[in-house]
Amino acid sequence: MDLLQIKDISKSYEENRVLKNVSLSIKEGEIHGLVGENGAGKSTLMNILFGMPVIHSTGGYEGEMLIDGKPYKPTTPEDAMAAGIGMVHQEFMLIPGFTITENIKLNREKTLPTFLSKIFGNRLEKLDTEAMAKDAREALKKLDMDIDEYVPVAGLPVGHMQFIEIAREIDKSKLRLLILDEPTAVLTESEADKFLEVIKKLSQMGIAILFISHRLDEIKQITDSITVLRDGEVVANVKTDEIDVKEIARLMVGRKVELSKKEDEDRGIKDENILEIKDLRVNMPGEEVKGLSLTVKKGEILGIGGLAGQGKLGIANGIMGLYETSGSIVKDGKELHLNNPREALKSSIAFLSEDRRGVGLLLDDSIEFNIAFSSLEIQDNFLKQVGPLKLIDKKKVREHANRMIEELDIRCTGPKQRARALSGGNQQKVCIARALSLNPDLLLVSEPTRGIDIGAKKLVLDTLVKLNRERGVTVIITSSELGELRQVSDRIAIIYDGKVAGILPPDASDEEFGLLMAGEDLKKVVN
Amino acid sequence: MKDFINRIGLPRFIIIIFLIFLMALAIYLNIPLSDVITDILVRFGMNAILVLAMVPGIQAGIGMNFNLPLGIICGLIGALISIEFKLSGFTGLFVSILIALPLAAIGGYLYGKMLNSVKGQEMTVGNYVGYSIVSFMCIFWLLAPFKSPELIWAYGGNGLRVTVSLESSTSHVLNNFLAFKIGKVTVPTGLLLFFAIFAFLVWIYSQSNKGLSMIVAGSNAKFALSNGIDVDKQRIKGTVFSTVLAAIGIIVYSQSFGFLQLYNAPLYSAMPAAAAILIGGASLKRATIVHVLIGTILFQSLLVVALPVINVIAEGTMSEVIRVIVSNGIILYALTREGGSAA
Repeated sequence: MDLLQIKDISKSYEENRVLKNVSLSIKEGEIHGLVGENGAGKSTLMNILFGMPVIHSTGGYEGEMLIDGKPYKPTTPEDAMAAGIGMVHQEFMLIPGFTITENIKLNREKTLPTFLSKIFGNRLEKLDTEAMAKDAREALKKLDMDIDEYVPVAGLPVGHMQFIEIAREIDKSKLRLLILDEPTAVLTESEADKFLEVIKKLSQMGIAILFISHRLDEIKQITDSITVLRDGEVVANVKTDEIDVKEIARLMVGRKVELSKKEDEDRGIKDENILEIKDLRVNMPGEEVKGLSLTVKKGEILGIGGLAGQGKLGIANGIMGLYETSGSIVKDGKELHLNNPREALKSSIAFLSEDRRGVGLLLDDSIEFNIAFSSLEIQDNFLKQVGPLKLIDKKKVREHANRMIEELDIRCTGPKQRARALSGGNQQKVCIARALSLNPDLLLVSEPTRGIDIGAKKLVLDTLVKLNRERGVTVIITSSELGELRQVSDRIAIIYDGKVAGILPPDASDEEFGLLMAGEDLKKVVN
Repeated sequence: MKDFINRIGLPRFIIIIFLIFLMALAIYLNIPLSDVITDILVRFGMNAILVLAMVPGIQAGIGMNFNLPLGIICGLIGALISIEFKLSGFTGLFVSILIALPLAAIGGYLYGKMLNSVKGQEMTVGNYVGYSIVSFMCIFWLLAPFKSPELIWAYGGNGLRVTVSLESSTSHVLNNFLAFKIGKVTVPTGLLLFFAIFAFLVWIYSQSNKGLSMIVAGSNAKFALSNGIDVDKQRIKGTVFSTVLAAIGIIVYSQSFGFLQLYNAPLYSAMPAAAAILIGGASLKRATIVHVLIGTILFQSLLVVALPVINVIAEGTMSEVIRVIVSNGIILYALTREGGSAA
């Protein structure tokens, strides 16, 4: 009998359906791979399985789960632990100042009775440090870890921290299923190899493993069977032997959007470079760019794709000088001053941030002020000279805002409405209007459709295409959604590990995109 | 009715009701209303610039400037020096201000630099910097080489008096300037005009491109950065303006009050100013001249009316107790509400 069966699980956040009838099953001692793009629903599935509170505070889920054939309905992580499910998170959940033993035994300490505990109850029992150390040593030994259990966690290499997390899980005597969420993402190659060996050893001990990873070769190498998720649906459920890496990549990306672009349209892309980036390094936490080179042609729409954390968002933020940057950026033949947003804006570059509400808008100010401000600040527009002072010309601001509201079809009660009150799509349009007021010839757009409902997504993308066609604005669009990149871009650069992994035409095959996103060398795999 | 309360905000609604109740009580107790109104006008004029000093700070993103004592001390030094040189009347007033301005600008600049290294905790830090500076100045007042008999203790020796009378120098120069009477109510025209000038300056600045940069830096630092604004510089600018206004504010306050208060007195200036602007409807992120006007009128009226009424009903110093409860209660209430309200 299967250890864990998941049957027809569905889950929606408000109107947004993130999981649709997902089913999978895992046998005892099996290593099961789970792959999918960002937003495919992997994390949501794990959260349901582990009983995370976020699931229940948003209305629970549909479908059922069985453990050993018995219904399993976790409402808290404690339920999951009691059922023998352990989870190692992507971010380490260790307390730096505590020793390895203390971290492993956290909240499951062994205790000895004391004089006080006899009176006031067992909350005042003292720690049995010797027994705890023994347990910790045993757990570490199972992982072939040769490390002293009394060392504090702070300062250990990340590879070790990963093992300590696992040691904590296997120390739970009832552990039957271990969920690993991107466990090798932070490890070096040799650490990862050792780690994979340990995983195999655990599975031989009879512990089932649910292994989530973007590294397809790893998945292929270690798992017994694989489930591929796409847009919240299971698109494949196969034995690992029966599938190769290319096929997994193809399934993972899939074709989401029918391409509606006219192929023979005269795009008017000049053979002139508007932007030449060389050896760009951007120190943006979580999205680091590590020596990237890229050229952008005048008049094109360049898509930048890739998985989260690979550095695609760092590029636009680096060009704008919002994070510490080094390297060289040449705009229209002129070297751009780095780390200076004002210079970037003055060089006719405008930026729509991925953090729309935090960076892109003044939420408590009026739409008209939001639209006009960048141009007012950078280009001294919308001002009138009164004596020695330049005052804001409210009439001009109003007229301009009204024009923009009409042109971009911003749905609002009027130019004086606060930006906070608008829906995501209309907020994005206000951002676009603000960028347009600068009359840029290069527009950097990051995650333009994040948090916007499907109908509005199309409107936002159409607006960007229209700007490109009608005003000749060169657009660099960065997005986690490959589908939308393929819909609007002329070329798509896929970013992996802070560098360009490859540039593909939008009609390249799914497997090529999938492989590049997973950091595989295209030539090596194809040959 | 509910719309109305939402529009003016619950705290303002409660205070207005309370105020009306007190007014009615005052009339019932035969307290002369003309005196009360005169008092309100005077107290409004003398406090308004100090309240106004909160505005640039909030706009630049440092929150309530609880370090108002810094500016106040600069203002006091200006006033003391002008007395030392035996200046009086408008000359005395303007020389005081001229001396105080550069001091406050330098002090504000240094304090602004310091605030840039403690972002997010400006109000706590400001409070303690205020305490430290006031204590430090207590030493200064004792050692300062002033010689004028007006300033030093009557029995000679070193050190300045705790309160210095302005009787022979600048007392009431603004209050009496163009003052006129409507019935029994005296209107301190000069005092109100003087405030109007500074309120206008702050307002016009907030409409200029430089001022808008500062306001945007204060309301969303990340947005400002991505629009090429040097946020740290804008914060320093706001701190300097706030400190300078505090210096001018205390000079105006003192000429109306008739005394300079030294030593620990500056400590008690920031709280009422903060309370007033919060009553006016400002939040920690947003403040306008309208907030200053409404807040100062409400807050000062409350004190002026409550004082005689409560002294008649309950003997003793109840009015002072009420004042402390109201001002601190309002600050507490405002701090628990992140958003504030729009006025």
